[in-house]
Order: sequence, then C-alpha cells, then structure tokens
Amino acid sequence: MVPFFLFFVCALLAVAGAIVLIVAWEPIHSALSLVLVMMALAVLYLLLGAEFIAAVQIIVYAGAVMVLFVFVIMLLNAGSEERTNWSKLAKVAGLPLAFFFLLAVAHFLSRSAVGANIANGAGAVSNAGVSTRALSVALFQQYLFPFEATSILILIALLGALILARKDE
Amino acid sequence: MDFINQHPVLVVSLVKIAVLLFVVMTGLAYLTWFERKVVAHIQSRWGPYFVGAHGLLQPLADGLKFLFKEDMTPPASDKFVYILAPFLALALALTAIALIPFGPPSVRVLGQPVFVVANLDIGLLFLFAVTSMGVYGVALAGWSSNSKYPLLGGLRSSAQMVSYEVSLTLSVVGVLLIAGTLNFNDIISGQSGYYLGFIPRWHVIPQIIGFLCYITAAIAETNRIPFDLPEAETELVAGFHTEYSSFKFAMFFMAEYANMITVSCLATILFFGGWLSPFPDSWTWQLYLPGAGLILLGIYCLYDTIVSMRGIAKIQFAVVTMLCLGGGAISLIPQVASVIQGPFWFTTKVIFFLFFYVWTRGTLPRFRYDQLMNFGWKLLLPVSLANLVITAFVMILPSAARHG
Repeated sequence: MVPFFLFFVCALLAVAGAIVLIVAWEPIHSALSLVLVMMALAVLYLLLGAEFIAAVQIIVYAGAVMVLFVFVIMLLNAGSEERTNWSKLAKVAGLPLAFFFLLAVAHFLSRSAVGANIANGAGAVSNAGVSTRALSVALFQQYLFPFEATSILILIALLGALILARKDE
Repeated sequence: MDFINQHPVLVVSLVKIAVLLFVVMTGLAYLTWFERKVVAHIQSRWGPYFVGAHGLLQPLADGLKFLFKEDMTPPASDKFVYILAPFLALALALTAIALIPFGPPSVRVLGQPVFVVANLDIGLLFLFAVTSMGVYGVALAGWSSNSKYPLLGGLRSSAQMVSYEVSLTLSVVGVLLIAGTLNFNDIISGQSGYYLGFIPRWHVIPQIIGFLCYITAAIAETNRIPFDLPEAETELVAGFHTEYSSFKFAMFFMAEYANMITVSCLATILFFGGWLSPFPDSWTWQLYLPGAGLILLGIYCLYDTIVSMRGIAKIQFAVVTMLCLGGGAISLIPQVASVIQGPFWFTTKVIFFLFFYVWTRGTLPRFRYDQLMNFGWKLLLPVSLANLVITAFVMILPSAARHG
C-alpha cells in the first residue's frame, strides 16, 4: 500500500517538476524543478529496489550536476527568459503528437515484461533489488571493457570541451 | 497496546525520531554555548556568564531572542526560494543524523534496534546523497536574497562545497575498501579487535592519510574556519545569510551546527570505531567509566556551587550538581552501565571532534579564496586519490601474489 502510494506521489512530482521546468520564467526555478525531477526519480529507483542507483542518482545528478547548473546561472546572473512567439507548428501539431507519443509508450510498456511486472504489482515493490556488490561485480568484471571504454569516451569529451573553450594565447 | 504490538516498526521509529530530534536540538543549542566558552577561554575571556550559572541558560535566551525578533523579507527577493532555502538547509542537516548509529544494534526494544533510526545497507552513500544536497540551502539563500554580498557568499559556497566534496568522498573510499560494506553498523563491527592486545583496530591506523584528508575536507564542507569563505564577515558582511533575520537566520545557524555534528559522527564511525570502546573487553572496570565521570563532574559542580556561586546562580548550579550526581549513580547500576556503554563512547568521541572544530576556529586564520581552491584541487585531491590507489594496491597484493 505504502509503496504504491509513494509511486503515485513521486511520479506526479516528477511530471509536475518537468512541466514547471519548461514553463518557468526564471532559470533558477527551472533548475530547481529539474532537481525535483531527479529526486522523484531517485525515489522511484528505490521503490524498484535499486538502492545504489537511487543514491548515485541523488549524489551525481541532484548533488553535483545540478549544483553546477545553479552555480553557472548565479555566476552569469541570468535574468528571466524572453519568450519567442509561439511556433505555429507546435500549436497545431504539439498536442496530438504528445498524445500519440504517450500512447506509443503505453502500448510498448504494456507488452513488455516490465509492464507485466508493474501490472502485477511486482515491479514496483520488489524487495529483492540489486545489491551494490552484484552491481559492482557486473560493472567491473562482466562488463569491464565497455565500462572503461565509456569512461575514456567521457574523458575525451571533457578534454575536447576544454580545448574548444580555451582562449588562444 | 494492540496497535503497538501490531506496528512495532512504526511506533518505535516515531519515538526514536522524536527523542533524537529533542536530543539533537538540545545538543545544537549547547554546542553554541560550548563553542563560545572554549573560544573565550582560548582568548583569555570568560564567555557567556550572566544568563544562568556559567551562562548555561544562554542558548535558551538566544533561542527566545531569535523567536521574538522581527522577521524581515527583502522586498526584491524571490519569496518562494527565499523561504525554501533555510527549510532545505535545516531539514537536510537533520535527516542526515537519522542514519547515524549511536550504539550497538544488539540493544533492542520490541525487536527494533534502539540506537539508530534508519539502518540502511547503503548508509554511507545515502548520507553523502543527503549532505550533497545541503549546498542548495546556502546557494539558494544567496541567490534569492537579491543582494550583492549574499550572492557572492552563495557563489563561493557552491564552488567550495562542490570542490571539497570530491576529496571528502574519495578520502573515505579507502575505509570502504577495508570494510567492504556501506552499512554503518557493519563498518563499526569490522573495527573490533586489537593490535598487540590493547591498541584498537580502528581504521584510523591504516587510513591515517585518509583521515587527515577527511577532516580537512569536512571542515571545508561545513563552511567553518579556516574555510568559512561563504560567510567571511570582513569581506561579505555575513555572507549568504546577510538578508535573513529572526528564526530563518537561526535555522541556518542550526543547520551549520547539525552538519558539524553529522561530520563528527561520520569521522567517529569511519575512523574511530563508532560505539566500540578503546579498551579491551577484559578490562571490566570500563563499564563504570560513564558513572564515575559523571560523579566526578558532580563533585566539581558541588564544590563550585558552595564556593563561588552567589544568589540565584547557586540554586541553578545546585540543580546541575544533583543531575550529575543522580545520573552518575544511575549509570553505576551494572544493567544500565552495559546499555549506555555504546552511546557513551560514541558521544565522547563526537565531543572530541566537536572540540577539535572549535579549537581550529580559535586558532587558525582564514584562507584566501585562491589559496582555498589551490589547496582543494592541487593538494587535497591528489593526496586522497593517492591514498585510495595505495590502499587498493595493498589490498590486492596478497591475492595477486597467490595467483602469480
């Protein structure tokens, strides 16, 4: 009962946060609602029994990435956004497209194993979960090469950004 | 009674939360008194002396003062975020304390461990998750005040906290490698036993470099001197909380002290054996240490009451004396003594770290901002990283030697 209730509260919070993120005028408000989305997602991960992912979600996204966002917004002292005229195409095609997208997601979810689990109430309240140890074994033994390759890829991206942003001397 | 028997987890947890909140809030209040007293004595002053005997009622007076001050909100501020910031700071700081085990899990009521509110498998990670959110309180307070000095304070603090959080996290990974778990109770139990029969097997001995890195980064994380750049009063008035008044200011104050307590608790758990006693089990007289300590304190208070207290202070200090002597007498009962062993050692170690905090505050000058960043990135981070690599290398050496 409690996990079910928590799922709905957090899912609603995540969706509400995402909407506020787009609608808000102040960049800081947008950043804050993104933090809310991250937190709500972390609780959803917890409900799925993925403790480690939940904690890392908060530490990395809410605690580090979003802090940098807020920092940059504060540093640049960005004022409230200016709006363009709403695109006509978005007005006409936006709602039907969004509806179609939702339908598509619902369709594929209902046919997949995850959807079946959710329908049975098993997925949302599974206590088995993935232990931190099992996760690290998978990450550092089973999938060691892809994992390291990804980290090198991220390093390259980081260096690339650094070189592009550096002033010519 | 039926309800209690049917929902032991719920009832016991609620009672634990209420008790913990009361203890922590009182602790916070008296931590300010402790800090003022210690700093005063470092500077050859008396510190608070007039409100109650030895200024013991000063925290109460301060709290009342905060409550009755006018609560001003700057008209140009962002109202929602301005009000959110102090709540966020205090709520997160208090949440972190729920994870701290103050005593062994073997002491149980209704099948629930008494000394910890939430014993999580990922305790340490969750604690870092909660404390890493703490920066929002400071940064948002600085931004929403819509004023120059708070903005500078907020900027400084978010940069500082993000930089030092890296070293803070890296410095404890060495301990995690040795302990092999993220659960606080397991980390503490793993530190039982003794080198040479009497030197406790605490992680601080193999991880001394990690500990030094941790305590440095922790002081920076909690914005205390010598890293209190976000609220450097000579440069930024009061930093991020310049525009806050009345109880909202008090909430930032309490959050800072709660963070100090959390960080000290974490140092105790990770490096100093948590609720484990520093003496071998065979030394049974240690069971009576808490009682004996309290009675000694009571005797000193009795002497002070009779010799130097005058007027109403005499009555107040007589009450303190009675409390000390009475508490000491109760703690000498063997059953009580064995239960309070864990919390006694835990609290003693935490108080030592809190004293260390105050001591640094009374001794060290403040860093300059560029020095702070250089120190964090160019010294602390490499050292904690090297510590991690060396620890991992030493850990893997035996199995590597076996496999050739």
